[in-house]
Amino acid sequence: MNRRQLLELGGAALAGAGIAGRLFAAPLGGPRFLLVFLRGGYDSANLLIPYSSSFYYESRPTLAIARPDPTSNTAALALNGDWALAPAVRESIGAMYLQRQVAFVPFAGTDDLSRSHFETQDSIELGQPTGGTRNYRSGFMGRLSETLAGAAPGNASIAFTDALPLSFEGGTTVPNLSLKNVGKPPFDDRQARILRDMYAGHHLEPAVSAGLELRHEVAQEIADEMTAANRNAINTKGFELEAERMGRLMRDKYRIGFIDIGGWDTHVGEGAAQGTLATNLGSLGRGLQVFSQSLGSEWNNTVVVVLSEFGRTFRENGNHGTDHGHGTVYWVLGGSINGGAIAGEQQRLARGTLFQDRDYPVLNDYRAVLGGLFRSLWGLSPDQSAGIFERTPPADLHLI
Amino acid sequence: MQARTEELGGQRATASSVITVEELSRVIVRARPRGSPVLPGLSAILLLSACATRTELQTPTAAQQTHATATALPVLHRSDMLWLERTSFGLDSASVAEYRRLGREEFLNRQLHPQTSALPAPIAAEVGALEVAHADPAQWLGAVNAQYKVINAMPDGPDKEQARKTLNDRGNKLAYEAIRRDLLRAIYSPAQLQEEMVWFWLNHFSVYQYKPNLRWLVADYEERAIRPHVFGHFKDLVMATLEHPAMLQYLDNNQNAAGHINENYARELMELHTLGVGGGYSQQDVQELARILTGVGVNAGDAPKLKPELQREYLRRGAFEFNPARHDFGNKMFLGHSIEGRGFGEVEAAVSLIVAQPSCARFVSRQLATYFVADNPPPALVERMAQTFIHTDGDIAAVLHAMFMSHEFDSELGGKFKDPRRYVISAVRLAYDGRTISNTRPMLNWLNGLGEAPYGRPTPDGYPLSELNWASSGQMSRRFEIARAVGGGNAGLFDPEDGSAASSSGFPQLSNRLYFEAFEPFLAPHTRDALNRANSQQEWNTFLLSSPDFNYE
Repeated sequence: MNRRQLLELGGAALAGAGIAGRLFAAPLGGPRFLLVFLRGGYDSANLLIPYSSSFYYESRPTLAIARPDPTSNTAALALNGDWALAPAVRESIGAMYLQRQVAFVPFAGTDDLSRSHFETQDSIELGQPTGGTRNYRSGFMGRLSETLAGAAPGNASIAFTDALPLSFEGGTTVPNLSLKNVGKPPFDDRQARILRDMYAGHHLEPAVSAGLELRHEVAQEIADEMTAANRNAINTKGFELEAERMGRLMRDKYRIGFIDIGGWDTHVGEGAAQGTLATNLGSLGRGLQVFSQSLGSEWNNTVVVVLSEFGRTFRENGNHGTDHGHGTVYWVLGGSINGGAIAGEQQRLARGTLFQDRDYPVLNDYRAVLGGLFRSLWGLSPDQSAGIFERTPPADLHLI
Repeated sequence: MQARTEELGGQRATASSVITVEELSRVIVRARPRGSPVLPGLSAILLLSACATRTELQTPTAAQQTHATATALPVLHRSDMLWLERTSFGLDSASVAEYRRLGREEFLNRQLHPQTSALPAPIAAEVGALEVAHADPAQWLGAVNAQYKVINAMPDGPDKEQARKTLNDRGNKLAYEAIRRDLLRAIYSPAQLQEEMVWFWLNHFSVYQYKPNLRWLVADYEERAIRPHVFGHFKDLVMATLEHPAMLQYLDNNQNAAGHINENYARELMELHTLGVGGGYSQQDVQELARILTGVGVNAGDAPKLKPELQREYLRRGAFEFNPARHDFGNKMFLGHSIEGRGFGEVEAAVSLIVAQPSCARFVSRQLATYFVADNPPPALVERMAQTFIHTDGDIAAVLHAMFMSHEFDSELGGKFKDPRRYVISAVRLAYDGRTISNTRPMLNWLNGLGEAPYGRPTPDGYPLSELNWASSGQMSRRFEIARAVGGGNAGLFDPEDGSAASSSGFPQLSNRLYFEAFEPFLAPHTRDALNRANSQQEWNTFLLSSPDFNYE
């Protein structure tokens, strides 16, 4: 039985089990969006390598990744005359780039200059004008969800996290569930029905039903995984496994998703073609590839943005690592984007063009980049765009 | 929100608040888990009820007579149970007995003025044996900073990694000890309101253990900055947090110096701690307060070398320091008053000005009422509390007394959704009713999973106080899983903390005397139905702890 048949059968079976089919009713079609937040400030200069810049090689005596060389699997993969890709993601993101399903936006970031993880993650997730009073009850993903819920019903959002992230603060309640360590379903159908019945007529009834249903659904996904594993399907683990589950949930039910991944704060012993950063990038790249595959044809309707609070220093430090920087590289992925491109404002990398003689400058404001993608994806009006990112006009990077 | 409360109240009000013996015996039979024997404690009640006539029990119920003394005891109504739940981390037999003995007013007075050694002996011994109960964090901090310096100078390699890990592990152990102490006190202290207020103020003056150095300091912050002042004058509380290295480090005031202004703490001190957004201060006031706060910082090492004329302005208490060499001695204009540049005296003057603002009284009163009364507290109540605050010079106990004895508090009972902390602690209190758990890690895991870990709020605004933030679908289903873990008895609460082999502890009997007195008579019909459909005691426990009746107070 495939997933689709199971769902069709499930409609009746689940109704019989007393688990509401509310979320299953979300109509298919229409864009989907996943935000991947790399917490800790990943070293973008060792993901998207400015290989035409000799300054890069001077600045990173032990961390630089070798210039493109088809005969070496520790060399970078050339994307154009200036930029190349880390070998750790050659098989995953590199392959997708060649299929025009990946684009990069270098010199991206925020005008928040604190260089504090804490401050900058918050300010990005809130997505409000920098420098004003912060409203901690209003994140940009929350405002996006609100806008879309008003414009087109059935745009359900989900955070694949233990707690609801700041980005989703405000507006309607967004379900959250980390898919990292999901065990067996805690309740059988009878117990779930009894729990739900206890809240019949209560104002929490929708949340209780949705929560039990989501948990049931995820347990079902895991059962499917085991079946698939028996058929010698790819045996995924770690983030790949999580990403596969995310892909299936977003294919079937959710349009807007959020996931965060830690472990990018490489002050010490960062590594180059191999090492800490390469391992993390490799896992992320394979996970995103698995995510795209598990979405099936819905991948053509999906856009993923990978971002981080800031980039790192262009020069390596005294501990074979890099410190907190400013501008970074965003990734944009999707089955039908105008990928295979390095998008946005750019400039030549040399010592004189570094920001404060240490970091990538920010030429592409995160609000403008994301706002532009949202506008293209959902055809938002200027008022709707301004409601999500106040006072930042959307930028069109021609990716959608 | 009002409509929700009414709806809920309507649902729960179907049970009368005074029950008859006949009703009691009926519900006992109905609520008994199917397939399980009549619970031993209940047979006596059933026997008694069989020969009772149908009269309203104004004084002792049958249940009470089997256990209590012969003296006539007042019957407790639903409003009493809810009042007691709201002013504590949930009911246990001891708190119900104490409330019954003293009555509401006297009970509250004792809660507002708790005895110093209120903890039961085994818990007091447990808490006293923790390392955080003895060591001096000012000295730790000095040693830790010195060790990190040594480690950073080591050549890269396994030795360096090992040294770093050893030091980090110790910091994590101390932060966990702080959490363990906090949870044990919250479960077992008879001074429940004190424990609630410790949490409330810790959350109001929130710090985050994962900011560098903070995990070494959180235990001391709770113990010395918060706990002594929870019922005292608000200004003392503000000053105690202002003079604690944890707060100064967390909100970066240790980096705030003349010519290198860092406004972070100055802003949050007004926005989050005292006046609230829109509390009548300007950006200019933030800048001026930041100047006033220059030189207020942390020093765990040697005192700085100062010019003789500055030496008498230097202050040092533990790792707290006022360094006049970093202070901006110019005059300031703050909240419409001129403050003459003179050193730390400016800080005390500024805080006095802040806490005397009516907006401070209103903001603090509203936060208290949001946590204890309703997500949108009645404005008239907030205003009365604020007036009490103003007339008593910020006497927190007086403000709380006004709140808990108000008719608004009574009329909001039953409509407040427990945040994860109240939920987890109240579940353990009800399930194990005074029996000492050995392992607090499962509770920490639950709080992590529900998003309200102690000292775990990254942002300085503290955890939210309203239902909206805690009752999402994912949080509800996780809550039910926790209900199952507590109710099923396999949660690991009785495993040794050191991870050694555990012995089986069995599952709790939630259908106990406390339940029949405090919950059973008032259950919503849907909850009653669910309990009747339970196939085992464990399942029955799970349903009760998952019910709206248990999740609202």
